[in-house]
Amino acid sequence: MTAAVGLLRRHTLLRSLTIVAAVGLLLWLLTLGLSDYRNEQLARGAYYFAALAGLTVLAGLSGQISLGHGALMAVGAYTAALLIGREGWPVSLALAASVVTTGVVGIPVGIAASRLRGPYLAGATLALAVGLPSLADQYPSLLGGENGLTVNPPIPPSWLGSSFSLSRWEAWVAVLGALLVLFVLYNILHSGSGRSLRAVRDDEIAASLCGLRISRTQATAFVLSAACAGLGGGLLAAVVEQLAAKGAFGIQLSLYLLAGVVIGGLGSLGGAFWGAALLVLLPNWTNDLASSFSLSTNVSNNLPLAIYGLILIGLVLLWPSGIQGGIRAGRRSVSARRAHRRTPSSAA
Amino acid sequence: MTKFIDLTLSGISSGAVDAAVALALVLIWRATRIVNFAQGAMLMITTYIASAIISSTGSYVLGLLVALACGLVMGAVVERILVRPVEGASPLNAVILTLGLYTVLVAVAGMIWGNSPRSFPAAFSLRGYKVGSTRLLFTPNDTFIVLTVVGVALLLGVMFRATSLGLRMRASAFAPEVARLLGVRVGRMLTVGWALAAAAGALAGVLVAPSVFLGPNSFDAILISGFVAAVLGGLDSPPGAVVGGLLLGLALSYVSGYEGSALVPMAALVILVVVLMVRPGGLFSTQQERRV
Amino acid sequence: MLEVEGLCASYGPVRAVDGVSLTVPEGTVVAVLGANGAGKTSLLRTISGLLPATAGHVRLAGQDITRAPVETIVRQGLAHVPEGRGVIPELTVEENLRLGGLFRGRDSAPLSEVYELFPRLEERRRQPASRLSGGERQMLSIGRALVGRPRALLLDEPSLGLAPALVAQIMGLVRRLADTLGLAVLLVEQNARSALSIANRGVVLNLGRVVVEEDAHLLTAEEELRHAYLGF
Repeated sequence: MTAAVGLLRRHTLLRSLTIVAAVGLLLWLLTLGLSDYRNEQLARGAYYFAALAGLTVLAGLSGQISLGHGALMAVGAYTAALLIGREGWPVSLALAASVVTTGVVGIPVGIAASRLRGPYLAGATLALAVGLPSLADQYPSLLGGENGLTVNPPIPPSWLGSSFSLSRWEAWVAVLGALLVLFVLYNILHSGSGRSLRAVRDDEIAASLCGLRISRTQATAFVLSAACAGLGGGLLAAVVEQLAAKGAFGIQLSLYLLAGVVIGGLGSLGGAFWGAALLVLLPNWTNDLASSFSLSTNVSNNLPLAIYGLILIGLVLLWPSGIQGGIRAGRRSVSARRAHRRTPSSAA
Repeated sequence: MTKFIDLTLSGISSGAVDAAVALALVLIWRATRIVNFAQGAMLMITTYIASAIISSTGSYVLGLLVALACGLVMGAVVERILVRPVEGASPLNAVILTLGLYTVLVAVAGMIWGNSPRSFPAAFSLRGYKVGSTRLLFTPNDTFIVLTVVGVALLLGVMFRATSLGLRMRASAFAPEVARLLGVRVGRMLTVGWALAAAAGALAGVLVAPSVFLGPNSFDAILISGFVAAVLGGLDSPPGAVVGGLLLGLALSYVSGYEGSALVPMAALVILVVVLMVRPGGLFSTQQERRV
Repeated sequence: MLEVEGLCASYGPVRAVDGVSLTVPEGTVVAVLGANGAGKTSLLRTISGLLPATAGHVRLAGQDITRAPVETIVRQGLAHVPEGRGVIPELTVEENLRLGGLFRGRDSAPLSEVYELFPRLEERRRQPASRLSGGERQMLSIGRALVGRPRALLLDEPSLGLAPALVAQIMGLVRRLADTLGLAVLLVEQNARSALSIANRGVVLNLGRVVVEEDAHLLTAEEELRHAYLGF
């Protein structure tokens, strides 16, 4: 048994495969038991996870805060919607195209972003968040303008039976996408590239003195996170909501993503999971809260947003070093615990 | 030809609004080295308050004055309570804090006033001036906008250069520790800086509300163009903010007129990126790049 | 006039000032000497309030100013000319000077007095302070401190980066100020010889602690002390 654990500890690939398989199995079993409504929520959580995971890797590991990932999700969403709706592509290929397209869009953005710091980066990505979706109005015939593009829902394959739940199929596809993101990012995080990213985040000057090409590392991280956002957007449009409309991809979405990433913990894939759960479940809870207190729709619609904002403010005020230091402190305490366990006789 | 003149004049008018927002951002940046991403939301709230005053009393002037006063108070409160703890800390904290504030303000506005945009009255006529036989798009209200912003900018300039308060504020912004050693209450000066900045923002909100309509997210676009204008002029330079605002207003007006209004936000982004790549300090940059 | 008693201050875990006691009577100059990192600058910063004191007392003309905010300490009559002079380069010479007296209002010294002392500053009054040479900046920072009519003056390494002739000038000026205005001057210096030439007493710090306290002329005369602590 210990031999197996040791094997897992040393080989990242094996470990990631094990994790993905275990999570996948658990979620698959879950979908079998959930209602249609809950399966849809699971699917929603999956596409949020895809975007959040990419964003958290970017923010936590290379220290770049992007407010434009909502717009990048839009790129993936519109790509998938166009290819499926207009060109009749199968879902899997369309999603792959979403990933590639958004990744490609991420290249110039990432290069520019790698040269910007702090508030400049935030401002530029905020401008992207507003600017990119506006293009839908510029090319209304292609992109459907205000109403966006609708897509037919994905049909479960015939061998599953004609009465197979559509929601369950959506959940399967979306979760599969999320697992793919988890697999890829987990491997990157725990590999040499992950270490380079962390080195660049922690001390740019030291990293550059060690010969790490900072711009390239950060731009690559951006492209990677863009690709993940693209997959998230593609899943959103093609699989879950069957709609790509610019209204869904405004600043609000980017702020939701930021909140999810900050609350879950920057740089943590596990945090992306919790962030996704929060993004999906909080609106439900606030709706229930609002109806039990007979609050108006105005209040209940805006309650999740208000809560995210308050949490962000609270986190910064109450845990100021936490935004970046928390990750480092957490990792330090974990490795300290591990070291202590190995030498139980040590005094301090 | 008329189109070009129309675009130029409306560029100056929208540029004046961008200049006011840019001025607000620059004042805060100079004092506390923070980009106030909540500026657009703050001026949105003061504009809603102005709207309520105008509807209940019928007086535009009273609405405007109350908006300015609320701006002063709001800026002071936000600095003292929310921003003071993060001054001097990692810039990431200030970014997330101001974004969090933006989020809360937009949500609260939606809760109180609903998410549907509503109309806002203009101070003066919205009928364009008649020159000979052509009617321009430039209106008396536009003249009011430009004159007010320029007037306020000049007033602030005089205040900074000629008064003791201005001297104390500049010293607090340039060298806070030295200023403390000279008996300047630096904390108080920072609060005043934020208060003035928020008032400038409140002015911009009331001026631009007739054309963008009043809704929780109506002012996102001018926050962004204000930011681009501030970067264009140089984040450290109030005159730069005004010049940057006017230049940006013109540029975006031409884009809107000749290419389409949906491209304006992207054009702003492109201008921002170009400036940051080519001349990051802005047109009026005075500070040296602190690069290793 | 200025009394420091058992003063302690730290930068995080490091004790920068470790139980320092000294007195600076009116009209005298006390030189604070020692190697780099001995705690001289930290001592001044603790007295003026930039660095919070963790123990001990500081009294100015009998008033306890130990944990008061910087702005209050300055209003009580303590002026601190920091390391590097603290001239604000974006402001003009005149604006720098005016700034020094704003807290005093009508009781501040008229700028004409400062210009009499430093005619060179009057020549450059409307120029941005960034254009001044090292010596001129030193004059500006001292002049700025004087506008506030201080009772005690903390000077941190005024000779830094200046040519020997200028150093002598500045030191002579400091002595005259102490004599004519009755200022209590605490002078931190690396250049021990020139500091001791105008000082009444000398205090040597090492690792935040006082190791020698003696009349200035005795310090200069005692060869062993000189060699051990002052490098000459």
